[in-house]
Amino acid sequence: MSQAATVTIGEPQSRLVTPFNVVAALILAIGIPVIVIRFTMGLGACTNLSDTTAWGLWIGFDVLVGVALAAGGYVTSCAVYVFGMKAYHPIVRPAVLTGFLGYTLVAIGLLFDIGRPWRLPYPFVMSQGWTSVMFEVAACVGLYLTVLFLEFLPVPFEWLRWKKLRKFFIELTIPLTILGVILSTLHQSSLGALFIITPGKLHPLWYTPYLGILFFVSSIVAGLSMVIFESGLSHRVFSSRLDPDHPVDHDALTLGLTKAAALVLYAYFGMKVMALAHGNHWDLLNTGYGAWFLVELIGFVALPCTLFARAYRQRDARLARFTAGLTAIGIVLNRLNVSIIAFNWQLPAQERYVPHWMEIAVTITLITVGVLAFRWIVERMPVLAEHSDYKAGH
Amino acid sequence: MSISRRQFLGGVSAAGIAALHASEGSASEDFTGNPDRYGVLVDLSLCIGCRTCEAACYEENKDRDTNRKANNERKNNLPPPEVPFDDLSVTHTKRRTSSRTFTVVNRYQAKDATGQQRDVYRKIQCFHCNEPACASACLVGAFSKTKEGAVVYNPEYCIGCRYCITACPFYIPTYEYDKAFTPRVMKCTFCSHRTSAGLPPACVEACPYGVMTFGKRKELLELANEKIVSHPDRYVHHIYGEKEVGGTSWLYLSPVPFEELGFSTNLVTFPLPELTHGALSVVPMVILLWPTVLGGLFMLNRRKEQIAEDERRAAVEAAVSKAVAETEVKGEVKLSSALKKAEKDKEQAVKKAVEEAKKAQPEVEAK
Amino acid sequence: MNTLHEFMRHAAPIEYALALAFLVGFWAFWWLLVQGEDR
Repeated sequence: MSQAATVTIGEPQSRLVTPFNVVAALILAIGIPVIVIRFTMGLGACTNLSDTTAWGLWIGFDVLVGVALAAGGYVTSCAVYVFGMKAYHPIVRPAVLTGFLGYTLVAIGLLFDIGRPWRLPYPFVMSQGWTSVMFEVAACVGLYLTVLFLEFLPVPFEWLRWKKLRKFFIELTIPLTILGVILSTLHQSSLGALFIITPGKLHPLWYTPYLGILFFVSSIVAGLSMVIFESGLSHRVFSSRLDPDHPVDHDALTLGLTKAAALVLYAYFGMKVMALAHGNHWDLLNTGYGAWFLVELIGFVALPCTLFARAYRQRDARLARFTAGLTAIGIVLNRLNVSIIAFNWQLPAQERYVPHWMEIAVTITLITVGVLAFRWIVERMPVLAEHSDYKAGH
Repeated sequence: MSISRRQFLGGVSAAGIAALHASEGSASEDFTGNPDRYGVLVDLSLCIGCRTCEAACYEENKDRDTNRKANNERKNNLPPPEVPFDDLSVTHTKRRTSSRTFTVVNRYQAKDATGQQRDVYRKIQCFHCNEPACASACLVGAFSKTKEGAVVYNPEYCIGCRYCITACPFYIPTYEYDKAFTPRVMKCTFCSHRTSAGLPPACVEACPYGVMTFGKRKELLELANEKIVSHPDRYVHHIYGEKEVGGTSWLYLSPVPFEELGFSTNLVTFPLPELTHGALSVVPMVILLWPTVLGGLFMLNRRKEQIAEDERRAAVEAAVSKAVAETEVKGEVKLSSALKKAEKDKEQAVKKAVEEAKKAQPEVEAK
Repeated sequence: MNTLHEFMRHAAPIEYALALAFLVGFWAFWWLLVQGEDR
């Protein structure tokens, strides 16, 4: 990333005009007017959604991919606080921050997508659709966003030196972590389960009653990969924020995560093949969609699995980070396949959905806001290193 | 066009075999829901695509409050058609329902049982399923199935997530994407304000050719079977909607294979909401198991760490006390030897002093 | 597409076979991974 070479980051950026900031400003300059259009002129004015395809990029990417890639929060805090793997403590805070920002952006993206955003609380306060998988998604995502926020609160409290409040929330860590794992299991799987009610509309190679379990297991993979990938990135971009007195063997941690990622990816691959067997549509592998399914399965599940294994055995953290990026792309591909590409697959080409450029603009804007918020917080608050008040005891 | 109960029952008793067959079939379908709910049987062999039903639907919904409560938003307010209803050429394009139209009639061209190529028209509207996917999918319960059989949408709760549209196997519900502040899901209401009074929907009543028959669903199934039995060459031997996705209120008979008319023929024969029961039943299990397992793991870990800590502390203490003990012993040895030496030194010093005193003594005695 | 009506059927022998194969493979995979570790 050329940014690390041309930009020095020490204290929060004194230089406002950097290549990254200019690009970010451009993105916002395009995205914010589009957001205004969405709210003043309706979805029809800025999306290619139709009566036949009601869910597009904002659901398929902003919500489905966003939730999957923000899964590092529950995976790492579970590993450290429940399984007792204390060595990984340094990566919990960045992972929880990513989770918190990720889910916040998912919520914002959802507010853009639904027809009446001000009615978002309705399922909780007005009327409950208990038979709806979507209801469960809404409840669990809403609660989990709260959990992530509470898990993150010690960080700004340390920054503000509000010690009593900080202590109070630190003591909630274990129950919050367990609650977070429960809620994540439920909503990660339910996002996949949303499509179980659409057997005729989702291509048989992707449609399976196991969609829920597949989404859950792949969310673990997504979380691990994102932690590997962005901690590598953070260490380069924010290297001055690290604590020189408490050096962390970053590569060792990366390789530990790599081992976990390899094993879980293996399990995921096995589950995908078993789902394939359960569906019994082997003949469809010989079609265009079949080839695309194999691209996802072999290129973005089997291949990363072997690459992670290789990286681990050869202690190659760089390969691990590359593979993590590849895996993340695979998660994106899987979510887009289930929600957009393999969905409504039988429709004639002219009726198929393609995102409007304005939908893409809003999505990129949300990602940019997320990155900017991440940077702002990491440059000021004790995320990558312990606060000086608390360095003695972890 | 609806028929009187007496007329219908007269017809049924005349076709004894059909009645037997029908009662077998209807028994399995009516195990849920109101057994006397209504339906509509659409005989596509009769439809000539005059679009009178479309016009009637518009007239019925253009400014009428067709839902149970009086509320401005409840008025469907269908806008006037872009193409007038007497323009029959639009049936040549494959239209679908839209936020402006609850029902459309499309033309298809297919070969019937005698091998004859003919125009066949299909009226498309909400099927009002026995167990609708849309209602099951709605996270705010904005859909309900009336006891007359209508599946009705309530815009008061809808948040616009459009899961209902995604779930519907027939691609029926539509959305008002052009509205920024009050977009609604739009679909046929089965004229629930009429059917709740036992009256047929506007489209059924308006049809000049008796294509549609309004009546109790179970009786319509019998009628449909009777039609097939009496005119086996006129119809494909299938009642579309009898079993599809668990059964629908709107039933179809066709002179040509259904797939030629754009009907989905790969639908499951059980209600789609049954598919989500598995996913939802996992929820209480996870809520029970995860805290137990994870909490248990956490406790086990903490215990393990505690034991390790205790062992470590015990080892440290043992080492320390051993060292202290050794130091003490050494110290004692040193101390006693130091004391002994001190004693000896003292004795020596005393001896020396005594001797010196004795030396001094004889000088005094010599004087 | 007409096999859709079968999709709620019970697990076929091939699924059990695959499950066993992947289970065995999992432990083999784990063993492969830990080979390089210095203990």
